[in-house]
Amino acid sequence: MNAPPAGHGDPRVAFESAKLGLWTFLATEVLLFGALFTAYAVFRAKYPEMFRSEHLKLNRVLGTLNTLVLITSSLAVVLGVDAIRRGKARLLEKYYGATILLGAVFLCVKYVEWTGEFRHGLYPGTNIFFSLYFMMTGLHGIHVILGMGVLAYVVVLSRRGRFSSGYHTPVEMAGLYWHFVDLVWIYLLPLLYLIG
Amino acid sequence: MERAAEGNRRGYLAERGWRSWAYTMDHKRIGVMYLYTTIAFFLVGGVFALLLRLELLSPQAKYFSDHAYNVFFTLHGAMMIFLFIIPAIPSGLGNFFIPLHIGARDVAFPRINLASYWVFVAGFLVVIASLVSPMDTGWTFYTPYSAKTGAAVATLSFGIFLIGMSSILTGLNFIVTIHKLRAPGMTWHRLPLFIWGMYATSIIQVIATPVVGVTFLLLAMERLLGVGFFDPAKGGDPVLFQHFFWFYSHPVVYVMILPAMGIISEVIPVFSRKPIFGYKAIAYSSLAIAFLGFLVWGHHMFTSGMSPLANAIFSFLTFFVAVPTAVKVFNWIATLYKGSITFESPMLYALTFIFLFAVGGLTGPFLGALATNVQLHDTYFVVAHFHYTMMGGTVMGFFAGLHYWFPKMTGKMLNEKVARIAWALVFVGFNVTFFTMFIVGVRGMPRRYAEYLPKFHVENVISTVGSAILAVGIAVMVLNFILGLRKGAPAPGNPWRALSLEWQTPSPPDTDNFHEIPVVTDWPYGYGKAEGPAE
Ligand code: HEM
Ligand SMILES: [Cu+2]
Repeated sequence: MNAPPAGHGDPRVAFESAKLGLWTFLATEVLLFGALFTAYAVFRAKYPEMFRSEHLKLNRVLGTLNTLVLITSSLAVVLGVDAIRRGKARLLEKYYGATILLGAVFLCVKYVEWTGEFRHGLYPGTNIFFSLYFMMTGLHGIHVILGMGVLAYVVVLSRRGRFSSGYHTPVEMAGLYWHFVDLVWIYLLPLLYLIG
Repeated sequence: MERAAEGNRRGYLAERGWRSWAYTMDHKRIGVMYLYTTIAFFLVGGVFALLLRLELLSPQAKYFSDHAYNVFFTLHGAMMIFLFIIPAIPSGLGNFFIPLHIGARDVAFPRINLASYWVFVAGFLVVIASLVSPMDTGWTFYTPYSAKTGAAVATLSFGIFLIGMSSILTGLNFIVTIHKLRAPGMTWHRLPLFIWGMYATSIIQVIATPVVGVTFLLLAMERLLGVGFFDPAKGGDPVLFQHFFWFYSHPVVYVMILPAMGIISEVIPVFSRKPIFGYKAIAYSSLAIAFLGFLVWGHHMFTSGMSPLANAIFSFLTFFVAVPTAVKVFNWIATLYKGSITFESPMLYALTFIFLFAVGGLTGPFLGALATNVQLHDTYFVVAHFHYTMMGGTVMGFFAGLHYWFPKMTGKMLNEKVARIAWALVFVGFNVTFFTMFIVGVRGMPRRYAEYLPKFHVENVISTVGSAILAVGIAVMVLNFILGLRKGAPAPGNPWRALSLEWQTPSPPDTDNFHEIPVVTDWPYGYGKAEGPAE
């Protein structure tokens, strides 16, 4: 019932396996969003007018605020990884905790945005632009929630004293994943909020 | 640690009780669970096929309503594709044999491996839940109909989304395993060709599956929220759905066929006692097929209203896929040439694969060429073509693998005489069933209808008789498996005198696969010579 030790028990192989696995997973994620970006490109080419007029109904201030929130959270992740590389588990927990908090702030802002749009009668299905907007930000939002879950799991492991400067693969992997989630948002912002 | 190692020196089947299966992280046990599950769906999907053939005995809809017929071919197609043929070889045989082939104790992420199985189970439970209002759209789910029908499209879509997730996790696991866990000395050019096939397959799974995942998600959202991406009334585009769908579903035919080709590349040299011919050509043609497979999805949509330019490009590119495929076939034939061939059941199925797949493959260009496609699209010619490739190809490859590895997986020998009788029935039944479909297809019989013109009556009766023979053959085969499991003679470690690493373990293998990780010094195809050629 028990599996053999990761990487045949060789920690270097285990680390490289985890890294390759995560990058492969990110490739999957890119294609997952890629389909939506393709739909976006197709419809934007088809209805340039609609995209220009509809996007003005989005709340740019909140969109930009959220971008700042996510960039800050990525910074916290970087600091967290750096902390554990120097063996400071408590510091790692603080930084990752801050990241989770910022993720929650992002979701709250998103909630305010969405409800505002609902109040103005803008729903998925109102038109193609808003369908895309809700699908893309919704899928991204789910990823934020997943990312927060992964970070929380890492914090729990850290509290149990599982990481040291010598071994912290899950910390790095979770951090990389969070960066990816941020990166998707960096693409979503101009495509949805800042159409020239 | 010492004691744990001792404990692992038992056959992997030694531990008993359902927990030892449900929580297992042993790739071999997970592979076995996948095999049982997918074979069960093969049999259920086969029952639906027999019902279709039953209905087609008479030109009028006699036994079921038109709607019931639509449901049956949808369930038949969807089950065969998503619940049987995509997972069967990769997740079943692949799980079992990849680590053994490369000299590893397990896959890279055993926990994820187990998770992928249970996600698969969750997926098919959701699929079964969709039967409250069964699907009638065909396995292709084309919009706008799928956005409007009263059937449980959203539920089924979600089920297939989960199955896709399981497929991604498996592919990811295999990619990392093949990269990182090869035994010392197991260079890329010493890998068994099954591994090359599985590697190319895994790449497709990881890259193509998320696209169909989103597509089904959007389809579900179309129905739940009316997002309208695929609905012309809302400014959407039904052809976009088809692009998304086929961006996955064309490459996925290589998820079906590449692992089977890998099995054939293992079986042919063993039973011709000759080194495989053109090792590198076969290995790299797998990668070429995976790559080209991503460029040709539009050939399913020639009649869907793409631009003439797009049609021409997709048609042109489609012919290129034939090249690496033909490379493989010629290399297998060259391997057979002047070999000391013996006809044990795995070899019979492998040769059947080459023959039937060649027929399926050679009828492909008629469909890939624009002019003939417009004539043949949505006729029984297509049905015959893809059954020759999928059933004549992949399923025969799967059967070859099951017979080849049965002694290794179970520790028991099969009754060879019964296996050959089953093979003969399957071979005859298959051709009688499906060759007639080429004939009625060329004569214009459209697919997906419960009724047809009386002039096609005779051929349809012949085809149904063929399907009965085929069903008997498969029943005999399954019975033989059950008998083998119960009463088979104990299998030696290496009954076929094969050279790849899995045969150097006892049958069945121990839980830890290898007590000591082997050091590899040669490729696994040095048959008939004292030593295989160097790299
Ligand atoms: C056991 C022998 C089988 C028989 C007798 C059989 C028979 C049929 C028939 C008569 C149809 C056409 C229904 C119609 O268009 O009106 C059909 C469709 C189909 N079959 Fe099979 N089949 C068999 C095995 C398989 C296998 C092994 C696979 C795949 C692994 C498969 C995949 C499909 C698919 C994808 C369709 C298309 C369904 C659709 O139109 O949506 N079949 N089959
Ligand atoms: Cu295709």
